[in-house]
Amino acid sequence: MRTKLILLGTMLLCLVLQCSLLPAFAIASVTPNLMIIFTASFGLMRGRRAGLLLGFLCGLATDLMLGSQGGLFIGLRAFVYMYIGYFSGFCCHIFYDDDIKMPVLLTAAGDLSYGFLFYISQFLLRGRVDLFFYLRRIILPEVVYTVLLTVICYRLFLLLNQKLDIMDKRSVGSFV
Amino acid sequence: MSHMKSKTLLFILSLLSGILIILSFVVDFSVNPLNIVAGYVLTPLQSGINQVGGWLSDRMDYFESNLDLAAKNEELQAQVDQLTVENTQLLQDHEELNTLRDLYELDHKYESYEKVGARVIARENSGNWFSVFTIDKGSEDGLAADMNVLAGAGLAGIITEVGPNWAKVRSIIDDYSNVSAEITETNDTCIIAGSLDLIDDGKINLVKLNDPNSQAKAGDTVVTSHISDKFLPGILIGYISEIETDSNNLTRSGYISPMVDFKDIKEVLVIKNLKQTS
Repeated sequence: MRTKLILLGTMLLCLVLQCSLLPAFAIASVTPNLMIIFTASFGLMRGRRAGLLLGFLCGLATDLMLGSQGGLFIGLRAFVYMYIGYFSGFCCHIFYDDDIKMPVLLTAAGDLSYGFLFYISQFLLRGRVDLFFYLRRIILPEVVYTVLLTVICYRLFLLLNQKLDIMDKRSVGSFV
Repeated sequence: MSHMKSKTLLFILSLLSGILIILSFVVDFSVNPLNIVAGYVLTPLQSGINQVGGWLSDRMDYFESNLDLAAKNEELQAQVDQLTVENTQLLQDHEELNTLRDLYELDHKYESYEKVGARVIARENSGNWFSVFTIDKGSEDGLAADMNVLAGAGLAGIITEVGPNWAKVRSIIDDYSNVSAEITETNDTCIIAGSLDLIDDGKINLVKLNDPNSQAKAGDTVVTSHISDKFLPGILIGYISEIETDSNNLTRSGYISPMVDFKDIKEVLVIKNLKQTS
C-alpha cells in the first residue's frame, strides 16, 4: 500500500514537472517526455503488471491535465503509455535493471512509437502529409532529448525502486 | 484486482481507453469533476514550480553581456522618444476621432474592453505538438471560454477551457487555430491559420484573402475582423510579410509575422468581454 502511494506520488511529481518546469528547459522548443521515462523505467524494474498500470495512470493523468485541446481526445496517451509500460515489463527479470542500456533503448522505442501514433492521429488525419518534416522537427529531437534525460532520471528511479524493495521486504518480514 | 492476469488487465484497460477515446468525441470532458480536482491540486503546485523555472531562466538571462544590454538600452531610449512623439500625435487624433464620432452619434463600443492580467503557468506537456498554455486565473476570476487573450500589444490566443483557478489558452500559432482577420489598409477579410511547420520561422499562414484588385502588400496591418463570432474586432495580430495570388486567381495567400513572441510569453491580458454578448 505504502509502495503504491509512493509510486503514485512520484508519478504526480513527474506530471507537474513535465507540465511546468521541463518546458523551461526546452531545447529548440522540444520538451523531453518524462512520463515515458517514468513508465518505461518502472515497467522494466517492476514487471509487466506494474508497467501497464502505471503507464495507464500516467497517460490518463496527462490526458486529463492537458484536456481536450485542439482535437485531442482523452484516452490516447493512456492507451499508448500503457503498452509502453507493458512491453517494458517483458524485459523485467531478463535484463539487469542497473544497466543503463536497456531503459535507454526502451524509452527511445517508446517515445518513437508515441510520436508516430500522435502524428497519425492528430496530424495525418487532418491532411498534414509531410511526415519527414514532423519526424525531423519533433519526433526525433524529442527521442534524443528524452534519451538524454533517461540517463539522469533512470538512476534516480532505480534508487527509489531499491528503497521500495527494501521497504517491502522489511514489512513482509515483520509479519513472519 | 491483484489476482487478475496482466494480459486480462491489459485487455480490459485497452477497452477502457478505447471507450474513453470514443466518449471524448461525443461528450464534452472539459468540466468534469476530475478535471476540477486536478486543477485544485496541481495548479498551486505548478505555479510554485513555475516560479522556480522562471527564476532559473531569469538567472540565465542575467548573464547576458552588459555591452549588449547597453546598446539595447540606447536603442530603446531612442524608440521611446520616437514613440512619445507619435503618441502625442495619436492622442490628438484620438480626441478628434471621439468628437467626430460624437457628431455622427456612433458609440465608442470598441475602445474600452475590460481586461485582467494573468500569468502563464504551464505549457502543453508534449510541448512539441501543440501551442497551448495554461494561465493561473479561471472561472473564479470571471473568465470563460472564448475570451480573447492578448500578450503585449497583439492577439495571443483564445481561451478554450476554464477551471476554477486555471484556464487553457490556444495560441494563434497552434495547428488547430483559425482566426478571421482583415487587412486594415484595404478592409479585405482573410483567415489567419496557424501551422506547426511555420512556428520556427515565426510566421503564420494567411489564407483566403479576398482581394480582387491585389491591393494588399507586405507590411500591411492585420487585425481581427468584424465577422468572427469569437474574436473581438480590431485586435492587432501582426503584419503581412509575404503575399501572392493563389493559382485560382480569386484569392490570395501568404504569411504574416505575429506581434507576439510566442516563445516566451509570461504574462497575458484576458479581455473579459465576449464577442457574443458585447
